[in-house]
Amino acid sequence: MPLPPLPESAIALAARASDWREAVEFAGTALERSGATTHSYTARMVEMIDEFGAYIVIAPGLALAHARPGPDVLADGLSVVTLAEPVSFGHPHNDPVGVVIGLAVATPDEHVTSVAELANIFNDPGAIPALAGAATVADVQRIMSAGKEGTDR
Amino acid sequence: MKIVAICGAGIGTSAILKVNAERVLDRLDIEADVTASDVASVQTTAADAQVILTSPELVDAIGATNADVVVIENYFDLSELEAKLEAALG
Repeated sequence: MPLPPLPESAIALAARASDWREAVEFAGTALERSGATTHSYTARMVEMIDEFGAYIVIAPGLALAHARPGPDVLADGLSVVTLAEPVSFGHPHNDPVGVVIGLAVATPDEHVTSVAELANIFNDPGAIPALAGAATVADVQRIMSAGKEGTDR
Repeated sequence: MKIVAICGAGIGTSAILKVNAERVLDRLDIEADVTASDVASVQTTAADAQVILTSPELVDAIGATNADVVVIENYFDLSELEAKLEAALG
């Protein structure tokens, strides 16, 4: 199961977020813009962090915003938001966050395998700084397609 | 050998921990069954597990367990995973 598509509408570069909540909302809005989700999914992504803390900050500078599958997921979707100024999520080691990935999938099984694909991209330690500094949408799409060259599929 | 990767929803970041733990175990030549689960069901899914892998943010939510709780800071750093798994299993 490959990663969901990453259309231009799901990418926002150098967004100005005042805090983590706004940063996650940008990732949610990008998912909505691409047609993958409705606004309630964005709200649920924020609730996950309210409930469980900043555990979605899974590597230095990178947050993986997501919620459980639900009726507000219209199609599998992926979004990428880079921040003009990194924000703190309250994680003990991985703050500040400059890149927020939004992920939505329709069924739990797909979710697990799609997320695993992200490992193929980000096990390359250069991927997060490259995304954070991406100048164009095409740069982001090129970096995010690296997982397709992975061997564990 | 049973290892459980835990996250808030059981469907997101735990999947990354699972796939990377499997890669490291393969490298270490250790046979283990790695499953992804969530904090709400950890007491059931990890009842017979030797190791629980999770984020520093979720340690308190896991509560009392007989398993070794291994805290991973960078989910994409295979050398961190390898060192911590080797210490827990060795």
